[in-house]
Amino acid sequence: MIGTDQTSVIEREDLQSLFDVVIARGYVPVGPTVRDGAIVFDEVCRVEDLPGGWTEDQDAGSYRLKRRHDTALFGYNNGPHSWKKYLFPPRAKLWEAVKTENNGLTVREAEDTKRPFAFIGVRSCDLHALQVQDAVFMNPKHPDPLYAGRRGKALVIVVNCGQAAKTCFCTSMNTGPRAEGGYDLALTEILDGDDHYFIAEPGSPDGYSLLAGIPHREADSADVLAAQECTKRAAEQIGRKIEISDVKDLLYRNYDNERWDALERRCLTCANCTMACPTCFCSKVEDVTDLTGGHAERWREWDSCFTMDFSYIHGGSVRPTTRSRYRQWLIHKLATWLDQFGMSGCVGCGRCITWCPVGIDLTEEVRLIRASEKDKEADDG
Amino acid sequence: MQPQAEMRSPMCPYPFRVLEIAEEMPRCMTMRVAPDDATGDTAFAPGQFYMIYVFGHGEVPISTSGDPAKSGELTFTVMAVGSVTQALCALKQGDVIGLRGPFGRAWPVDLVKGRDVIVMAGGLGLAPLRPSIYHMLSNRNDYADLALLYGTRQPQSIIFRQTLAHWREDAPIDVEVTVDTAGRDWPGKVGVVTELLMGRRPDPSKTSALICGPEIMMRFSAYALMELGIAAENIYVSMERNMKCAVKMCGRCQYGPFFVCADGPVFAFNQVEQLFRIREL
Ligand SMILES: Cc1cc2nc3c(=O)[nH]c(=O)nc-3n(C[C@H](O)[C@H](O)[C@H](O)COP(=O)(O)OP(=O)(O)OC[C@H]3O[C@@H](n4cnc5c(N)ncnc54)[C@H](O)[C@@H]3O)c2cc1C
Ligand code: SF4
Ligand code: SF4
Repeated sequence: MIGTDQTSVIEREDLQSLFDVVIARGYVPVGPTVRDGAIVFDEVCRVEDLPGGWTEDQDAGSYRLKRRHDTALFGYNNGPHSWKKYLFPPRAKLWEAVKTENNGLTVREAEDTKRPFAFIGVRSCDLHALQVQDAVFMNPKHPDPLYAGRRGKALVIVVNCGQAAKTCFCTSMNTGPRAEGGYDLALTEILDGDDHYFIAEPGSPDGYSLLAGIPHREADSADVLAAQECTKRAAEQIGRKIEISDVKDLLYRNYDNERWDALERRCLTCANCTMACPTCFCSKVEDVTDLTGGHAERWREWDSCFTMDFSYIHGGSVRPTTRSRYRQWLIHKLATWLDQFGMSGCVGCGRCITWCPVGIDLTEEVRLIRASEKDKEADDG
Repeated sequence: MQPQAEMRSPMCPYPFRVLEIAEEMPRCMTMRVAPDDATGDTAFAPGQFYMIYVFGHGEVPISTSGDPAKSGELTFTVMAVGSVTQALCALKQGDVIGLRGPFGRAWPVDLVKGRDVIVMAGGLGLAPLRPSIYHMLSNRNDYADLALLYGTRQPQSIIFRQTLAHWREDAPIDVEVTVDTAGRDWPGKVGVVTELLMGRRPDPSKTSALICGPEIMMRFSAYALMELGIAAENIYVSMERNMKCAVKMCGRCQYGPFFVCADGPVFAFNQVEQLFRIREL
């Protein structure tokens, strides 16, 4: 998309009008902001709410905010939150039921009262994560009305990455760092001496019309080049890697690898990785009644394949060991997901690596499984 | 299913009223239910299941166990093993429950037309198989030889006694029953269900098998049939996994690359044979 005659430049001073236009058009703007020692997503109405001048150090099992040497507004990488919390809320009412006369039963679907969201600052990996969850919740045969309703109305404003965290590996997963489409508007933040501006590329009719409401000028070829350099820099900083071309077959061959036993000892089954992951979609339901017993509700809540309850069937859990649960998670992300949805369940955002309290790193696990096969080959040969 | 399903959350149940509920054995009930308003449909294929909601208690997957040709009502056979199934078994005539469905892949009753069909049931596994037998008997000319081999724990735990007696006496199907243990007053066979295959010489080129029961019973039965020369692709099993949505959204019923709710519960054995070998999958 970049380099088309619609590519524009928005000066830093004019960025507030992006928020103003979005709000005026009835959206709730949500985006990054600093809170409790991390960059999280929340309602952001002003440029001042953004994490200006902040960045972070991330590595397996660690995350630490720190000051930048410049005033970049989007000079950070993924935090603990992902956009799924808006489309697939951690807890949501699905329906209410009342007992009517003569023992009857009336079920009323929960109404979504939220105004449409404008997601501001979506990274390319997270844009792909939205598409991964679309395949789950917008199956044409039986879409989830809550997700489909919100997703259909949401405005997606990408901010391409100008840097990568140590935990990022979007380049392996072909999900970034530059967004190539599927957004309404994509921004690339440029800081060059005293110049601070955004290259803006509209990607949909809503995006064009949004841009029209914001002061901007046409981008020239130098601007376009600057934007490309910016994401190139991010790509060059990426250190983690998964060889994905054959990862599905690799994992399918290795259900019995001894590596899973090492995870039995390391993994705490805390489920942090699944909560932080932007694609994890598993849930449980809770059926409740009020004291009179005449009114019932069903709620859906995030759940995790790391819990014992998750696979419980009469007689016990199907996956009673940590090893089997970690294996389920990893093989689902990188292998079975491909068979289920025709795409990978991992977008390389690195959240599960950062937020694992013991620093388990899926890229390393895959590498070790691959290495163990090579060792075996060497032994056999 | 219901005409306005697209506009409605797939998680919303429809009201059905209990017409009749009767005991099969202690803690196991068979109930007939009918739509309580105009929204309820009752068409299903043998082997499919519904999510049944008991007001305030919760929701569980239960297979239909009745005749698919009977319209206007559905039959379920439920074993009380926990909170929701206990509440289901405690229902009375006239009570209303919530239903959504039918879900899942059915027994391949069309694919096995023209062939001999061996139906193997272990315990309550007979319930999800009964609709397939009703269907094949109603379309008897479509099939060659039919056999039902049913194994259960003890004589007291035999379900569908009347149906079985009727099939045994009057229907063109070979019915054999065995129990794991029995007192001296039991005139029938004692032994596991695979022993009913002994002495049988099914023609592998024209025999298919439908199996439902505990996983271990299905595994032994499938391998016993394969030893008789029947190909894995002509053997079908029905899987059970925890499930909360039945529409591939809750993630819980994953079985390797499959979702049991949508890709199953019925699988050809060659689809899942590798998975059967993996522990704690
Ligand atoms: C496709 C399918 C068809 C089934 N057909 C029948 C049937 O025809 N008759 C019958 O009696 N039972 C059937 N079952 C099993 C039945 O769903 C469980 O016995 C029931 O879920 C137990 O719930 P509970 O609340 O009574 O037990 P609890 O032990 O209190 O269970 C707690 C939760 O665990 C889950 N759970 C426990 N056991 C099972 C199980 N075996 N399968 C799936 N989830 C389970 C449920 O989510 C349940 O709510 C079927 C299961 C599946 C998957
Ligand atoms: S598995 Fe880890 S790296 Fe992949 S999308 Fe999920 S959180 Fe990100
Ligand atoms: S891998 Fe890490 S984050 Fe995930 S459950 Fe195990 S200990 Fe928790």
